[in-house]
Amino acid sequence: MSTNKKSSNNALAMTLLKGRTFIVLIVLLIFFSIKAANFLSLNTAMLIAKHVALYGILGIGMTYVIITGGIDLSVGAIVGLAGMIAGGLLEKGLTLQMFGVTLYFNVPAVFIITMLLGVVIGTLNGLVITRFNVAPFIATLGMMYVARGFAMIRSGGATYSKITGNEALGNTGWEVFGRNIPGTVIPVGVVILAIIAVIAAVILRKTAFGWHVLSIGGNEKAARLSGVKVNKVKIMVYAFSGLCAAVVGIIASSQLVAAHPATGEGWEMNAIAAAVLGGTSMAGGVGTIGGTIVGAFVIGVINDGMVMCGVSEFWQMVIKGLVIVLAVIIDQFQRNMQAKMALQARNENK
Amino acid sequence: MESTVKCREGVCLHAEQIDKIYPGTKALDHVSFDVLAGKVNVLIGENGAGKSTLMKIIAGIEQPSAGTLYMGDKEVAFKNTTEARKHGIGIIHQELSLFPNLNVYQNIFMAKEKKTGFVLDNKKHAQLAAQILERLEHPISPDTLIGDLRVGQQQMIEIARNLIADDLKILIMDEPTSSLSQQEVKILFKIMRELLAQGISIVYISHRLEEIMEIGDHVTILRDGRYVADADVRDIDVPWIVKQMTGEGKSYPKKDRNIDWEKQETVLEVRDLTLPKSGGGYLLHHVDFNLKRGEILGIYGLMGAGRTEVFECIMGLRPEHTGDILLEGKKMEIHSISEQIERGFALVPEDRQREGLVQTMSILKNISLSSIKKYVKGFLLDDKLEGRRADEQIKDIHIKVADKNLPILSLSGGNQQKVVIGKGLLTNPKILLLDEPSRGIDIGAKTEVFDIINQYAEKGLSIIVISSELKEIIAIADRVMVLSNGIKTGELIGDEIQEESLVLSSYKGHHGQ
Repeated sequence: MSTNKKSSNNALAMTLLKGRTFIVLIVLLIFFSIKAANFLSLNTAMLIAKHVALYGILGIGMTYVIITGGIDLSVGAIVGLAGMIAGGLLEKGLTLQMFGVTLYFNVPAVFIITMLLGVVIGTLNGLVITRFNVAPFIATLGMMYVARGFAMIRSGGATYSKITGNEALGNTGWEVFGRNIPGTVIPVGVVILAIIAVIAAVILRKTAFGWHVLSIGGNEKAARLSGVKVNKVKIMVYAFSGLCAAVVGIIASSQLVAAHPATGEGWEMNAIAAAVLGGTSMAGGVGTIGGTIVGAFVIGVINDGMVMCGVSEFWQMVIKGLVIVLAVIIDQFQRNMQAKMALQARNENK
Repeated sequence: MESTVKCREGVCLHAEQIDKIYPGTKALDHVSFDVLAGKVNVLIGENGAGKSTLMKIIAGIEQPSAGTLYMGDKEVAFKNTTEARKHGIGIIHQELSLFPNLNVYQNIFMAKEKKTGFVLDNKKHAQLAAQILERLEHPISPDTLIGDLRVGQQQMIEIARNLIADDLKILIMDEPTSSLSQQEVKILFKIMRELLAQGISIVYISHRLEEIMEIGDHVTILRDGRYVADADVRDIDVPWIVKQMTGEGKSYPKKDRNIDWEKQETVLEVRDLTLPKSGGGYLLHHVDFNLKRGEILGIYGLMGAGRTEVFECIMGLRPEHTGDILLEGKKMEIHSISEQIERGFALVPEDRQREGLVQTMSILKNISLSSIKKYVKGFLLDDKLEGRRADEQIKDIHIKVADKNLPILSLSGGNQQKVVIGKGLLTNPKILLLDEPSRGIDIGAKTEVFDIINQYAEKGLSIIVISSELKEIIAIADRVMVLSNGIKTGELIGDEIQEESLVLSSYKGHHGQ
C-alpha cells in the first residue's frame, strides 16, 4: 500500500519537476502583470516576442551543441559579424580593388551569403574542436574574439545606418525580416523562430542524426563504438549553431535597420541560459527544443518585465544570474530523482 | 563478546571467515587467510577467484560484509587505507597509483609531507627520498618526473613510498611483475628478500607460476571466492597449483556440435597481425588465425595478453596495426569503425558502462543505436518499425524488460549486457565479436548469454569470444586460441580444450622481452 502511494507521489513530483520552467513562466507572467502597468498588452507581447525570437533561435543552435557535451561561446560575435557583413554589402557593396568595381547584391543574395558565413564559421569551430582536440570552451572563445574583431574591422568600428538599400541598386527590402508579416501583428522573426524550432525538434527526435547527437552527449565512447560518426556529427552541430547565429544577425540588423559592430555582445549567455532553463543538461545527452523555447520566453519575460517595472539594469543582472543557477540546481535534483526511480525499478524487476 | 582468537606463532595477520558481498555476487565466502611473518605469502587464483577482493579488505580499501581481521591478539578493522597504513599495512596496486606529472620525492611524500610551519621542507624530502632509494639500490635523482621513468623504476618508487614511514609490517604486491623485464624482476626479488630480512612480511598476488615457485614461501589458492588449499612452496609443484586452481566441480553444459570444420567456409582470416606498443615492444606480434562460418572461436589469455587489441584492430580502432585481415577471402582496407560495422562486424565491448551503453537513453534507443539507419523511411525515423524490431530482438534473447522506454539503468547488469549484445545483433552482422560478455553478471544471466551465443552460431553467425574464465570458454568454444603477451601460444580444438592446457599456454611468452 505505502509503496503505491510513494510511487504515485513520485510520479506527481516528476511531472511537476519536468514542467517547472513552464510553471515558472506562468508565475512570472502573473507577477509582472500585477507589478507593471500595461504588461498584458499587445504591444508588450510583440516587444517580448521580438526579443524571444532572437534568444530562441540562438538557444536552438546552442541546445544541439550542449547536448553533444560542448558549448559555443562565439554565437554572439557571429550575430554581430553577420549583421556587419550583411549591412556592409547593402550599404557599401563589395569593392574589388583589382578590377576597380563595386558589386551590389540584392536582398536574397545577401541573405544567402550571410547564412553561408554562419555555416562556415561554425564549421571552423567544429574542425578545430574535432581535428585538433581543442576544448569547445577554448575554441569558441577564441572564435568569439576573432569574429568580433572582424565585425569591428569591417567598418572601422562605425555603424551601417543606411541598410535600407537603394532602388537604383536593386537591394532594397532588408527591413522585411524585422517587421511584421504584412497585415498581421506577428513579427517575421517569430515566424522564423517557429519554423526553425519545428524543424530542429523533428530532426532531434525523429531522425537518425538527432539520435546520434543525443548519444554522443550521453556517452561519446559508446556512441563511437556503436558506429556513430562522432566527428562528422559534431562539426555539423557547430555549423548549425553558426547558422542560427547568422539568422539572428539578419533579424537583428533588420529590426534595427542598422548594423552595429557590437550587436550580440553577451547574447551567447542568453542562449545558454535559455537552453539550461529549458532542461538541457550541461553534462550532455539531454535536452529538448520545446524546453529551450520556454526557457527563451522566461528570459524574455524577465528582461522586459524588469525593464517595465523600472528595475535597475544591475539588479536585472543579479536576478538573471540567480535564476540560472537555481534552474541548474533544480535540474540536478530532478536527475537524482530519476536515477533513484530507475534504481527502484531495477530492484523491483529482479 | 570478545573472541580470543590469537594469531598463531609466526603469523602477523589473520583473516577469519571473511565474506564480501557485492550487489549480485558473493566475491568471498567464508575465507580465512594467514599472513606468515617474514615470508612471501603467495595468493593465487583465476580471475574472479576473490584474491583482489581479499587484498582490498586487508589493505582497508573495502570492508568485509562479515568476518574479522586480527593482528597479534587484537581484533582490527580498517575503515580506509590510512587506518590500515597506521597498522603497518601497505599495498602496491597492479595499476601503479603514482602521479606522472610530479617528481619522485613529491610522489613519495604525497599526504605525508614534512613541513616547517606551513612551508614544505623540500630539501628534507629530497634527502630522505635519496636515502630510501639508495637502500633499494635504485639511485634515481629525487627531482625526476615519474612520467619519465620506466615502469620498473616507477615500481621502486611505489615501494619507497611504503617504506618511508619506518613502521611497514605487511606489504601487499598485486601482480608486480606484469610490466617488468626479466632484469627488473631479478632486482625486485632481491629487494623483496631484503625486506623480508628486515622483518617485513609480503603478500604476493601473481599469475606467473614459475615466478611463484622461485620467490614464494607459502601459497594459498582461492577459487570462486572460496579457500581451496594452502601449502609451503617447497612441498609442491606447478601442476599441483594448476589442479587446485581449476579443480572439479560445476562446469557449464557443453553443447554437442558435430561439425566438420575443415569443410566449412572461412569467413575471416587474420595474417601476421602486429601492433606496436608505444615505448617499444609489441601488444600483438605476428598473430595468425582464422574463423569459419558458424564457428565459435574463443580467445583465452591473461590481462595484457593482447586479446582486446585483436578486436580493436579488426574494428578499425588501431590504424597503426600491420598485417592483413581478410573478410570472406577479400583483403580489407580498414578505415573506421562505422565502415567495419557496415561490412558486417559487430562489437560488444568489455566495459559496458564506459563503452557499451548510453546511460541517458532508454532501453529502446540503446538497442537500436547501431542499426538506427535501417528504420528510416525518407528522412524520418519510423518509430513503429524501430519498436517492432527492438521488441523482436528483446524477445529473441529473453531480455527482461517491463517497458522498453524506461531508462537503460533500470535494468539489471545481466539484462543491460544483453541490450548491448542485442544492439550488435540488430545490425544483422556476419561476425560478432564479444569481449568478456559475461563479466560482472550473475550465474543465471551468464548461462543465458551462452545460450544466445549458441543459438546464433546455429543460425550461421560466426562468433569470436574473448574470455578469461576457463569454465566459460571451455563450455562455449568450438576452438580456442590462447594469447600470451601478444603472442599466439596455443590453439586447441574440440576435446583438446582442457583447463590445464589452457592455463599452461597462457603463461608462456612471459620470459624474456
